[in-house]
Amino acid sequence: MHDQPRFEPLERTTLFADGRASRPRVPGTIARGERVYDAHLVEGKVDGALATTFPMPITAEVLARGRQRYDIFCSACHDRAGTGEGLVVKRGLKQPPSFHVERLRQAPPGYVYDVITRGFGAMYDLSDKLAPADRWAIVAYVRALQRSQNASLADVSAAVRERLLAEAKK
Amino acid sequence: MAQIFHPSFNTLSKVSIFGAVFFLGAAVFAWDSLLRSSYNTQVDVAREQPVPFSHKHHVQGLGLDCRFCHTSVEESAFAGIPPTKTCMGCHSLVWKDAPILEPVRESYRSDRPIEWTRVHDLPDFAYFDHSIHVAKGIGCTTCHGQVNEMPLMWRTETLNMDWCLACHRNPSANVRPRERVFDVDWDPASLTDEERAGLAAQYHLKSMLNCSTCHR
Repeated sequence: MHDQPRFEPLERTTLFADGRASRPRVPGTIARGERVYDAHLVEGKVDGALATTFPMPITAEVLARGRQRYDIFCSACHDRAGTGEGLVVKRGLKQPPSFHVERLRQAPPGYVYDVITRGFGAMYDLSDKLAPADRWAIVAYVRALQRSQNASLADVSAAVRERLLAEAKK
Repeated sequence: MAQIFHPSFNTLSKVSIFGAVFFLGAAVFAWDSLLRSSYNTQVDVAREQPVPFSHKHHVQGLGLDCRFCHTSVEESAFAGIPPTKTCMGCHSLVWKDAPILEPVRESYRSDRPIEWTRVHDLPDFAYFDHSIHVAKGIGCTTCHGQVNEMPLMWRTETLNMDWCLACHRNPSANVRPRERVFDVDWDPASLTDEERAGLAAQYHLKSMLNCSTCHR
């Protein structure tokens, strides 16, 4: 009763030589509902070149999702502000560049998407952990981080401006 | 004809009939205590693993989110055990020659998964889905304990049916805001009963006591 003749995820089996009941994906197949033909969304490319635009409209929800996923999957190395001084870097991982250097500020969104999807240097790709839409949400949030580090008072709404000025006086 | 039973057997038979009640009671109590002991439930018993992975170091020390490794916990019944690639994301550079991590490197080289010892394993006749619990505002630490303080993993709860039912009878006792589900420092005492009732109403929590909720 406790162990019925069925497999739980990742259980062991003698059925296959490698002992895995959960089978690796067969090359050339896709999951149900998986989109592979949208090169902009999935590959981050338009006409073979890194996309300079996002495949979806950027809303407050997208940015909130991007922030959440960024904090989970990226902040350990890139830190929450994107300066590349995360805790794991302090423990010996190679320091990634800050998102706020000019080269990365000028890089198209497709470039950031490409790094998440395929990895870069010491960074392994995150394609198995993040669906394309989540990767793009992170790209949008990285853009917001870049903007935040180079923002002026004129960029914020009047209400927020008043609050910031009040805080600055304290 | 001589008596078969000596007169003292009268006393003996009375004592043994009377005593049997206590003896049976004691035996039932002992059996129940054994079933509820950590010998049977594995509560508070740290489990050996092929690599002594420390949640304490990775969660408390580095601040990694649960979902960094347990990626499918929000969408699927199974929370997910990370592939060796997740380990190597850091350990190809950090502690890259440590003998203790050799099984990780060997797994990555040979593409054979590390065989972790499962700590929380429900019997196959009980259906459980992580994603719905997470979506309803039940936090990781409610069932798994302070994982961030565990050098090796152990159970803090029995996973017995009465434990499941205690919460299914009154789920609002354990609810927390959805955005704090993965917060290992969440303090259950930080909400008042009214606030908990409010969250329970907002998330449509209800008492789920039908047998087929879990045995389907």
